[in-house]
Amino acid sequence: MKQQLQEIQKQALASLSEIRDVRELEALKVEYLGKKGKLTQILKGMGALSAEERPVIGQMANDVRIALEEGIADVRARLEREILNNKLKTEVIDVTIPGRTKPLGKKHPLTSVLDEIKDIFIGMGYEIAEGPEVELDYNNFEALNIPKNHPARDTQDTFYISENVVLRTHTSPVQIRHMQSHNPPIRIICPGRVYRSDTVDATHSPVFHQVEGLVVDKGVTMGDLVGTLQAFAKGIFGENTRIRLRPHHFPFTEPSAEVDVSCWGCGGSGCRICKGEGWVEILGAGMVHPNVLRECGIDPDVYSGFAFGLGIERITMGKYGIDDMRLLFENDMRFLKQF
Amino acid sequence: MKAPLKWLKDYVDINVDIKEYISAMTLSGSKVEGVEDMAGDIEKVVVGKIVELKPHPDADKLVVCKVDVGSEVLQIVTGAPNVKEGDIIPVALVGAKLPGGQIKAAKLRGVESFGMMCSIAELNLTKDYLPDAPEHGVYIFNDNPPLGADIRDVFDLDRVVEFEITSNRPDCLCIIGLARESAATLGVPFKKREPVVKEEAGEDVNSYAKIEILNPELCYRYTARVVKDVKIGPSPVWMQRRLAAAGMRPINNIVDITNYVMLEYGQPLHAFDYEKLQGAKIVVRTAREGEVIKTLDGQDRKLDTDMLCICDAERPVCVAGVMGGENSEVTESTKMLLLESATFNGASVRVTSKKMGLRSESSMRFEKGLDTENTIAALNRCAELIEQLGAGKVVKGIIDCYPRPYEKPVLKFEPDRINAFLGTEISTEKMVEIFETLEFEVDKKNMTLTPPSFRRDIEHFQDLCEEVARFYDYNNIKPSLLSGKESKQGGKTYKQRMEDVIRNTMMGCGLNEAYTLSIVSPKVFDQINLPADDPLRNTVTILNPMGEDFSVLRTTTIPDMLRVLSINNNRKIPEVRLFELSYVYYPVEGSQLPDEREVLTIGMYGRNTDFFELKGCIEELLAAMGIGKAEFKAETNNPTFHPGRTARLYVGAKGELKDCGILGEIHPEVAEKNECPKRTYVAMLDVATLIEASSTEKQYKQLPKFPAVTRDLAVVVDDGIYVADLISAINQKGGEFLEDVSLFDIYKGEQVPEGKKSVAFSLSFRASDRTLVDEDVNTAMARILKNLEKNFGAQLR
Ligand SMILES: [Zn+2]
Repeated sequence: MKQQLQEIQKQALASLSEIRDVRELEALKVEYLGKKGKLTQILKGMGALSAEERPVIGQMANDVRIALEEGIADVRARLEREILNNKLKTEVIDVTIPGRTKPLGKKHPLTSVLDEIKDIFIGMGYEIAEGPEVELDYNNFEALNIPKNHPARDTQDTFYISENVVLRTHTSPVQIRHMQSHNPPIRIICPGRVYRSDTVDATHSPVFHQVEGLVVDKGVTMGDLVGTLQAFAKGIFGENTRIRLRPHHFPFTEPSAEVDVSCWGCGGSGCRICKGEGWVEILGAGMVHPNVLRECGIDPDVYSGFAFGLGIERITMGKYGIDDMRLLFENDMRFLKQF
Repeated sequence: MKAPLKWLKDYVDINVDIKEYISAMTLSGSKVEGVEDMAGDIEKVVVGKIVELKPHPDADKLVVCKVDVGSEVLQIVTGAPNVKEGDIIPVALVGAKLPGGQIKAAKLRGVESFGMMCSIAELNLTKDYLPDAPEHGVYIFNDNPPLGADIRDVFDLDRVVEFEITSNRPDCLCIIGLARESAATLGVPFKKREPVVKEEAGEDVNSYAKIEILNPELCYRYTARVVKDVKIGPSPVWMQRRLAAAGMRPINNIVDITNYVMLEYGQPLHAFDYEKLQGAKIVVRTAREGEVIKTLDGQDRKLDTDMLCICDAERPVCVAGVMGGENSEVTESTKMLLLESATFNGASVRVTSKKMGLRSESSMRFEKGLDTENTIAALNRCAELIEQLGAGKVVKGIIDCYPRPYEKPVLKFEPDRINAFLGTEISTEKMVEIFETLEFEVDKKNMTLTPPSFRRDIEHFQDLCEEVARFYDYNNIKPSLLSGKESKQGGKTYKQRMEDVIRNTMMGCGLNEAYTLSIVSPKVFDQINLPADDPLRNTVTILNPMGEDFSVLRTTTIPDMLRVLSINNNRKIPEVRLFELSYVYYPVEGSQLPDEREVLTIGMYGRNTDFFELKGCIEELLAAMGIGKAEFKAETNNPTFHPGRTARLYVGAKGELKDCGILGEIHPEVAEKNECPKRTYVAMLDVATLIEASSTEKQYKQLPKFPAVTRDLAVVVDDGIYVADLISAINQKGGEFLEDVSLFDIYKGEQVPEGKKSVAFSLSFRASDRTLVDEDVNTAMARILKNLEKNFGAQLR
C-alpha cells in the first residue's frame, strides 16, 4: 500500500506538469481526489491494515493528499496568471498619446512676480498696505517733501484730476497714509498701480505697477536697508545675485541710493541686457527723510526708517526675458499661456 | 551736464584712466551717463599741405594732388571743389579709421590715390566746434599746424563726460563743482584759483549805476560790473571749442564769455547794453499791471504781477533769470556793458519760465537755487576773461546789493550718532577727513560742522550721514536684517487672502489672468451701447491727458475686456478664457477722491462656451469664497447684454441680498461693434460685495450612517417658469428628510405641449437616525407635487 501511495503521488505530479488548461486540471483533480478517485480508492482498503500500520499509512495518505492539493493549487495559479497575462496583452495602449487635460488658467506674469515679492517680505514680517490710485496732491507730493514748484516734480509727469488731486505717480502716498494712521514699529510693502504721462513704447506705459517698502522703528540703520535689499535681490534673482548701491537724490529719503543688481543675463561680465555694464538698475531706496517722518507725526530724533521702491514691469521683463512692455497689457492668449 | 575732460583738468588732476574715473564718480554720487569721445573712431588722420594740384586726365570734376604729410609726399585724387595749391588740410592716410569706414589705396578713373582729404562731416565734427569750416568741401586750416601732426591733437579733440546731476546739487552743474567732487572722490587736491581783474578803465562803478532790490524775497543778491570800450567780435577758437564740446553754440565774444563762465562757475550772467538802460539804474521788482516786454526771441510777452523783472528807471529790461529784453540787448554797436551776476528765488524763476515756455541753461540753474556767495567770483571771472580777450575795459569796483547776507548754518558733529544711523564703525578721523575734503569747516573742539556756502542742500543730520556714507562707499556698509529689532508678524489681510482665493479659483476654472490699463476714452461707452444719460458716463476726468483716447478713468471694465477678446479673435485664436482683478472709479459728489471699486471681470468665447460655462465659474467662486446665499435673476433690459441670456447676481452673508454684478452673453450688436465673436460671454462682479458675503468658517458634518432614498420627479410647466423657483418650492415643502434636489433634465418637444417644458429632478431623502421607509418618502413627494401644482400649474409627467 505504501508503494501504491508513492506510485500515485509520482503519477499525479508527473501528469500535473503536463496540464495545459483549467479543464484538464479539473479532470486530473477528479481522477485522483474525487469520490471515485485513485487516492480515495486506496484509502478504502485501509480497513485491511493492522492496527500498527493504520496510523502510519493514514499519515502517509494524508501527506500525499496535501502534496497533490498543493500541486494542483500551484498549477491553477500558474494557469490563471497565464490567462490574465494573455488578456492584458490584448489591452496594450500607446502611452505616448497625450493625456486628457482640463487646463488650468495661468497667473499673469506681473501677479507672479508680485506674489514672489510679497512672499519674500511677508517672510520678513511685513504687512501689505494698500491705498487709492486717485490721490491728494498732499499725499503724493507735499507730505513727501516735494512742495509745489519743487524741481523734482519735473521728472514725474503727473496726470492731474484737479488742482489738488492727481493720479498717484508712485505708491509712496500709501506710506504716508500708513504712517499717519499707525504707530511704529512699521514694516509694510505697498504694491499698486501708478500713473505717469509717458507715451507707450517697448519700455514705457502711462499705467504701470510698483511695489514700495517702508520700515520705521527705533534704531533702524542704513545697514538694515542694505541687508533687506540684498535679501530681496537674492530672493528674486537667485542666491548668487549681488547688489550695488549708488548715491542718488530723492526728496523723501536721505541718504538716497539707486540700486543695481548683478545682471541676470550674464552674471556681471556684460551683455545686451545690461548694455555691457554687468549691472542693471532696478530700484531706488534710502533712509526716510526727517521731514517726511515729522509730517506723519513721527519724531525723527527717536525713530528712523528706510524705504525703497521698484517697478514690477521692469523686474518681470527681466526675469522672463520679455522685450516689449506692451505684451503685458495686450493679453494675447498665446502670451499669457506661457507663464 | 556735459563736462569736457580737459576743462575739468584745469581744476583737478584726474590721475586715473577714464573707466576708473567713471566708476569712482558714479559710486560717489555723480552718475556718469556716458562719455563722448570726440576723436571717436578717428585714427591716422594728419595735417597735410597740397604742394601740387593738376587736373585729372580723364575726369573734369577730379584733380590730382601731391600732398606733403611731413614724412612723405602722397598722390591723392579728390573731387573737392574748394582746394588749391598751398592749402593745408586734414588728410586721412591709407589705413586710416574714420566714422564712415577705413581708407584704402584706390584708383580713380585710372589714377592712383593714396588717402583722402577730409571735410569736418567726414571727421564727425560740427561747425559749432570748427566755426571756420566751409559748409561743404574739405576743411582748410587758416593757421600753420605742423605737417604730419595728428588731427586729434591739432583739433584738440576731447573726451566729454556727461553727468546726471540730481536736483539737490546745483553746485555740480558746472566745471568747478564737478572738479571739486572729482577731487574729493579721487583724493587729490582741488586746484582753486581766484580770478584777477585789472580794472583798466579805472573810475568808480558807482558813478555809472545804482541798484535797488524791491523784492528781496525773490532776489537775494544782485551784483554788477560795468565795462567800457567794448569790442564785439568772435571769441577765440579755444573758447568756441570748449563751448561746443559742452553743447553750447558760440555766438560772439561777450555772449560766449558769459556762457563760458556759466558752465565753469555755475552762475548764469547777463550783459546789458549800458547805454540802453534809462536813468542809469537797475531796479529789481515784480512786474506792474499791464507791463509788456519783447524778449530776445522777438516775442512780446505780457508780464504777470508775480513775475520778477530786472528794470531800468522806467521799464522791464529783462525777465529775471529767464530771458533778456530786446530793449537792452547787446549788439554789434554796443560800446558799454552792465554785467549782471545775481541770484533769485528758484521757485519763482521756475514758475515764470514754465508759464512763458522758456527753459534755458540759465533758468534751469536759477530754478535750483544758486549760491549767493558765488556771484562775485563769477562776475570777476567774466571780467577777467573780457580783459584777457580784449573785449573791453573793466571799470573799477563792483556794485553789490545783498539785502540779507548768507548766514552759515552750524550743525552738530556727532560721529557716534552717524555710525549708529549708518550701521558703520567709521573713525572720527576718517569723517573729519571727508568733511574737510568737501570744504566743510570742522570745529573739533566744539564738535560742529559748517557746510560751504555752495552746499545749501546740507540741512539735517541725515545730510551729514549721506556725505560720510558716499565717500565711505555705500557698498562698504555691512548688511544687517533689522537685527535686534522687535520682530513683527507679517501677513495678508482678509481682503488680500480673498483676492488670492478669487485668482486661484478663476485659474482652477481654466481662466487666464489679464491686465488692462485703467485709463480709457470716453467713447468706450458708445461701444457698449450705454444710453446717453447712463450714470456710468459720469467719469473721473484727467485735466492734462495725453489725448482724448486716453483721458478718463474707467467706470466699467467691460469695454476693455471686449477689446482684449477682439484682439485675440482678430488673431484667430479659437478659444479665449480670461479674468481680471482691477478697479473702476466712480466720482463721488462732494468728495475730492472717487470711490475706487475693485471688480472681477470675466470674458470668454469659443467652442463649448455658453452662459452656463460662465455661470459655472461664478458658482465655483461662490463656493470657494464660502458664500452661502446667492441668487441669479434674469436681467432683460441691459443694453450691453443679450436680453434673454443675462443674469444679475445677488449675494449675502446673512439676511439681505446685495447686487453684486452682472453676467451674460454680450448683445450681438455690441459683439459686432467690438469685433468679438457672436457668442461672447462677460461678467463683471463687485469684489467688495463678494468679500462681504464670504466666509472662511467651516464646520464638519457627520457622515450619514443610514442609506438615502432617491426619487425622480418630472413635471410639465409653462416654459417661462424659472427652475430656481421650482427648486425653491420643492425645498420649501420637502420636509425634514429632504436632503438634496438636483436638476437632471429639461425637455421640450414631442409629448410636451407647445409653450411647456418638462423638468426632471432627482430628490434624495435621508434620516440621521434610521433607514427611511417608503411611507416617509411618499408623503413628502405628495406634498411637494401638490405645492408645484398649486403654484406653478405643474403636471406630473
Ligand atoms: Zn548682462
